[in-house]
Amino acid sequence: MLDRINKAQNDINTACQTLGRQINIMEVCGTHTVSIFRNGIRSILPKNLKLLSGPGCPVCVTNQGYIDVVLQLADRDDCIIATYGDMIRVPGKEGSLETKQAKTNVKVVLSSEDALQLAKDNPGKTVVFVAVGFETTTPATAVVVKEATAGAIDNFCILSGHKLVIPAMRALLSEKNDNINAFLCPGHVSAIIGYGAFAEIVEEFDRPCVVAGFEPVQIIEGLCEICRQLSTGKAELKSMYSAVVTEKGNIAAQKIIDECFEPVDGYWRGLGKIPKSTLKLKDKYSQFDASKRFGISEEPSEEIKGCRCGEVLCGLIEPPDCGLFGRNCTPQEPVGPCMVSSEGACAAWFKYGRDK
Amino acid sequence: MCLAIPARIVELEQDVAVVDAMGNRYKTKTTLLPEAKLGDLVLVHAGFAISLVDEEEAKQTWQLIAEIDEFDDTQNKVSG
Repeated sequence: MLDRINKAQNDINTACQTLGRQINIMEVCGTHTVSIFRNGIRSILPKNLKLLSGPGCPVCVTNQGYIDVVLQLADRDDCIIATYGDMIRVPGKEGSLETKQAKTNVKVVLSSEDALQLAKDNPGKTVVFVAVGFETTTPATAVVVKEATAGAIDNFCILSGHKLVIPAMRALLSEKNDNINAFLCPGHVSAIIGYGAFAEIVEEFDRPCVVAGFEPVQIIEGLCEICRQLSTGKAELKSMYSAVVTEKGNIAAQKIIDECFEPVDGYWRGLGKIPKSTLKLKDKYSQFDASKRFGISEEPSEEIKGCRCGEVLCGLIEPPDCGLFGRNCTPQEPVGPCMVSSEGACAAWFKYGRDK
Repeated sequence: MCLAIPARIVELEQDVAVVDAMGNRYKTKTTLLPEAKLGDLVLVHAGFAISLVDEEEAKQTWQLIAEIDEFDDTQNKVSG
């Protein structure tokens, strides 16, 4: 194992020396971000190779307007909010779900199935499932929407904040900046969509896209492959995570997503409105769509004053460049979403990387 | 959030499985992985098996998780 790491490290050093210029590689997965920091991977990279933590943490990219809608629903006595634990501390305009938890109608679930079970157990209430996450998580929501349909569980609905990774990568390359030289692509999103899905980024934008697993050696070898491609001047599509990821991905999961959802324009924190980037329930499932049931819609909201999470997510600044970082904004008292989520760039930087 | 844990299917009835990950057993759905069979190693995310995984990869991930747990325990002890 150590041999593999040493070899990859040497190859990275050689490639970066040959390249001579600044190289920025963006990871688009919160689990990669945490693994990179936890294992000190940044500290062994050459000076001219920088890793940027992109919009890979679903909590971090969820628009504040979405959180505000959830909080509004949490105030209703006839609703139970079922949410993954990651979302509980994200601040909206008025508090977070954690502050609403005192009302006892906010329940943390580990699976969409648990949310559906809550609806079965509480026929007098409407259960709203806070459906966030990328392609890895979306199929689980689709399954319960179909189960709710089959079982006529009318007191169940979802507020879809599900997002698609590739439109965000396109948006980053099209508008915000051109300082991203390559992408380390997410492992488990790719398990669903297949590594072939990133071909459009390679072909249209000429950026290497390499899928990697989450162990340190897999990440370092992924970075090594990217550096090799950059030094040869040819962007390629490659998966280094063959134990899990195939070219076509999980077809059954893709089918169920397509059956239940359609892509619409959506708001992302820091990136604004991105075309066809958010998933909305198709009309045939509209009775399970919380926004329709309650006649509410997500507004683009003002970002929190002084918070620069948006620029962090685009790879334009590093967390310590934000005036709030480590002073007014800490994991104990987070201001911005990148500090709230343990997978956020700011939280990871605060915990593992402050002195680097 | 996209974290997925390898686990072995030890019981399977239609699309409801019991999986074993490092000695912990829990319920998982195989709806998204219809080809999954009893004894298979799968990656579990948010209560659903999303992909098959090979033995070596699963072992490495379990080892990594065990190391992180030990590391976190040590940290907790240090910080009192």
